[in-house]
Amino acid sequence: MAKILIKGGRVISPAQKLDDICDILIENGKIAAIGKKLDNKGAEIIEAAGKLVTPGLVDIHVHLRDPGFEYKEDIASGTLAAVTGGFTSVACMPNTNPVNDNQAVTCSILRKAAEEGHCRVFPIASITKGLEGESLTEMGELKELGVFAVSDDGKPVSNPQLMRRAMEYARPFGMTIVSHAEDLDLVGSGVMNDGPISTELGLKGIPWVAEDAATAREVMLAEFTGAHLHVAHVSTRGSIDIVRQAKKRGVNVTCEAAPHHFTLTDEAVRGYNTNAKMNPPLRSAEDREAVRQGIADGTVDAIATDHAPHHIDEKNVEFSIAMNGIVGLETALPLTLKLVEDGLIDLPKAVALMTSSPAEALGLPVGQLEEGGDADVTVIDPDLEWTVEAQKLVSKSKNTPFDGWQMKGAAVCTIVAGKVVFSRS
Amino acid sequence: MSFQHKHILGIEQLSSEDIQMILDTGDAFKEVNTRDIKKVPTLRGKTIINAFFEASTRTRLSFEIAGKRLSADTVNISGSTSSVVKGETLEDTAKNIEAMAPDIIVIRHGHSGSAHYLAERVDCSIINAGDGAHEHPSQALLDLMTIREHKGSIEGLEVAIVGDITHSRVVRSNIYALSKMGAKVRLCGPGTMLPIGIERLGNVEVFTDMRDAIQDADVVMMLRIQMERQSNIMLPSLREYARFYGLNPTNVQLAKPDAIVMHPGPINRGVEISSVVADGVQNVILDQVENGVAVRMALLYLVSGVESMQTK
Repeated sequence: MAKILIKGGRVISPAQKLDDICDILIENGKIAAIGKKLDNKGAEIIEAAGKLVTPGLVDIHVHLRDPGFEYKEDIASGTLAAVTGGFTSVACMPNTNPVNDNQAVTCSILRKAAEEGHCRVFPIASITKGLEGESLTEMGELKELGVFAVSDDGKPVSNPQLMRRAMEYARPFGMTIVSHAEDLDLVGSGVMNDGPISTELGLKGIPWVAEDAATAREVMLAEFTGAHLHVAHVSTRGSIDIVRQAKKRGVNVTCEAAPHHFTLTDEAVRGYNTNAKMNPPLRSAEDREAVRQGIADGTVDAIATDHAPHHIDEKNVEFSIAMNGIVGLETALPLTLKLVEDGLIDLPKAVALMTSSPAEALGLPVGQLEEGGDADVTVIDPDLEWTVEAQKLVSKSKNTPFDGWQMKGAAVCTIVAGKVVFSRS
Repeated sequence: MSFQHKHILGIEQLSSEDIQMILDTGDAFKEVNTRDIKKVPTLRGKTIINAFFEASTRTRLSFEIAGKRLSADTVNISGSTSSVVKGETLEDTAKNIEAMAPDIIVIRHGHSGSAHYLAERVDCSIINAGDGAHEHPSQALLDLMTIREHKGSIEGLEVAIVGDITHSRVVRSNIYALSKMGAKVRLCGPGTMLPIGIERLGNVEVFTDMRDAIQDADVVMMLRIQMERQSNIMLPSLREYARFYGLNPTNVQLAKPDAIVMHPGPINRGVEISSVVADGVQNVILDQVENGVAVRMALLYLVSGVESMQTK
């Protein structure tokens, strides 16, 4: 395999506490050396002066829709969207058809990812068979196949006894439980955040207490069982606070926040914009601020997109019956860099939230730059200004609320296992 | 000043001048309804489709009569006979209707935002005849026309609206309309039926005790308790509802002596309003129905004017 020298960039790898102008030499898919003025003989040169060079970005919450919903996205298109956004690893949720609740589906996803994928794919299996909330999946064997976490994302486990047993069972295998924390009875038939805007629009609301109550339950069960709980897409002030307090008590809990939750509020729904419909919903300005504070003070461990592609026909309908979710892989990086521009966090922290920290949360063996380690690297131009054009997104689906937004910052080169898989022309 | 709105999607988009103009036009058309020959040629050659995807008798009939009295050709389609039951999307249904070149589509639909949705996708005028729990502008306008008729002016009035605020599009439209015209709106309903932030929509005060809400009110508007929309955890019983939130001969006396009693219909006698009050001297319920035709004639006329101006 060719030698690649990434030259003169600002190399940031939070796991190594590295933040310096230097070169990275890649050989045989591995990082051969990180240092100043490395020998470039025979190497393809990637000029990175003025650029950031980071571990390949890691998104621990995406929906690749494959198998079963390939008209929305498939492993090839989803991972191409990922590398376009700078991601070299994605963890995909099990709400496929068939559900990824067994070793055969996991193997087929892994095989397809190896054959057609553009980046690393870490399948997340379901907690319960068929996402039905009744019986546990074979987490032991799933772990042996390389499944690091289980989740009933989108169809949260409502039975607390079952969640307790899932945590007790998962713990000895080192399997993380990822919880989409929502009390479905409190969600009811809600379609957006419950508040003044839902009242004004005459749309049924999803109250914050639906998330807070479920987050509190999950945290208590994690405290009781000692299992590792990862709370997905935290969107409310209360949930952030519950996780913050739990961490102080030493509970084994991590959590993630989605770019749309730290960027938008339920104001975006006005005009019945179905691309502002997702679950959990866009919340109030107060909630958004709390999520941002959670990011700043370390309560939030990871930025994860909840990339949820849907076909135009599923969004071009009345708001109440539109599908939940938006695509996020291609817009997450500039929205995260915006947090740096806003002065909320510094650049190394932003990089950590998209690399080492999410990897650590799920125990994935990626997200750092280490001599001898796999060469997953992203070169970022932090100053590149561009405009989001939904129709030009690489993802099969175009359901973004950021259409027409001015963005600053983009991946210009994405390298997976020493191979350039994306290069911005 | 001329009317500038091609669509009537809600009261939210209208100014007080717009509302004034609609009410004045409604007053003028009201006279037509008293003639022997109740027809004017104003909209001759225009086609109006009344697309009612949700059950309605009164509003549909009112729009249909309004169209016919203006000499328009009116055609009705309803949810049960439409292709909605065959799985067609609202957009496709609308485009198919539009291909037959109507001038106005009057739409009633169970989903909030559906009138807005159509207006973004078709070229003809859209009049919202009720979208989910969002708005029901023609109802608020006929309410205002009725209030103005009885009270002379709307400004400065205290208007109490009692009932299921959460699910009511009539409330939202009335809050906008009454606030814009200078009235104060007092809302009251069971704790399960008072949505977050409703007071932000206009000049609104929320009451939990109905007696406080109707004390010295100029207008008491009772809302239909929509039993068909309730899950059984919203209210323990209609009996208790009637006791705490129903208008009866005793509590109606808390309002001003000359207060009027309104209801958008259809009424549940003995639930939100007792028969004695519903049929009492203060009730203007049938005036509301009568004015409904006039105000809808005004809306059809005014949006047609905008349309023909734009096509010229």
